[in-house]
Amino acid sequence: MSFFDYFRKRPKSATLAKDRLSIIVARERAGSRPGTGADYLPQLQQELLAVIARYEKIDLSNVTVSLDRHGGSEVLELNITLPESEPAPPRSPHRSFA
Amino acid sequence: MSKVVVITSGKGGVGKTTTSANVATGLAQEGFKTVAIDFDVGLRNLDLVMGCERRVVYDFVNVIRNEAKLQQTLIRDKRVEQLYVLPASQTRDKDALSAEGVGRVIDELKEMGFEYIICDSPAGIEKGAQMAMYFADEAIVVTNPEVSSVRDSDRVLGLLAAKTSRAELGGAPITTHLLLTRYSPMMVKRGEMLSVADVLELLGIPLLGVIPESKAVLQSSNKGAPAILDETTDVAQAYLDVVSRFLGQDRQHRFIEDEKRSFFGRLFG
Repeated sequence: MSFFDYFRKRPKSATLAKDRLSIIVARERAGSRPGTGADYLPQLQQELLAVIARYEKIDLSNVTVSLDRHGGSEVLELNITLPESEPAPPRSPHRSFA
Repeated sequence: MSKVVVITSGKGGVGKTTTSANVATGLAQEGFKTVAIDFDVGLRNLDLVMGCERRVVYDFVNVIRNEAKLQQTLIRDKRVEQLYVLPASQTRDKDALSAEGVGRVIDELKEMGFEYIICDSPAGIEKGAQMAMYFADEAIVVTNPEVSSVRDSDRVLGLLAAKTSRAELGGAPITTHLLLTRYSPMMVKRGEMLSVADVLELLGIPLLGVIPESKAVLQSSNKGAPAILDETTDVAQAYLDVVSRFLGQDRQHRFIEDEKRSFFGRLFG
């Protein structure tokens, strides 16, 4: 390390490179393994929407589906925000299932 | 007993062809009958790097299509005994390579007594790259200490584990080796380049060697003589170590530390 480096406070670019790579490599490994791939998520979202639309008027942006990895297990998270309904019986304006 | 070794990386320009030429030459120098096959159909360059470009008559695709015999297509190296090059076609496209055709040529090379069959993969993950790795027993993954190269290498490791003959037939997995090229210990020391340890941690495969960034690589390709032939250069020493380790010999890793720097160099580096 150069003498003048001691006066620099910026994070080293190699550290940034390693941090960025750790994230992208882990994500791509998760996506490329058969069975664990998140490639069915958009379709799952569409189909869920179709089912829910039969009962409630909602739009696509109110349904989110995500797959996360926590240690050794995977968590499929489904979040549906139902619209406020005017004449319907009283209920909380937003319900979400997680 | 013959071994098929693919030299691969995903990313282009990291040193696959340089490594193919040097490893093949080194193995032949050790007395093994060795052939280096160029899989980069349409963009052949192994012949140029090995200095036999003017002796190409037929090519790999001619052999696959039975337009030429393997014996008349193989180019025998004039410097090293037991070393041969099988050039790629310059005029066809990658679809000219079929698993059936490539498999037949590799089997024929084995019958001819070749002990090492070095497959120089093209960049990318298309047909040419897939065919280069398909029949491999071992893989040398060439990586630069740089984000895009590391990411692509990881992708290629996934393909080696899934899209190869061994993976499809349920055989033992391909043995993978990491070769870190264009390494600059000085930049690593300054925190400006990923270190060997960083790349090993990210990719999780054993280290075969580190090739330092060096003028000798360009000089050797200018001449068409693999760097390993001139033992005075750091790159030659690094590749000689790589070949020894590949053959199972114990060699301490070199060219990882920034060694020869003066006090003033350190102060103002």
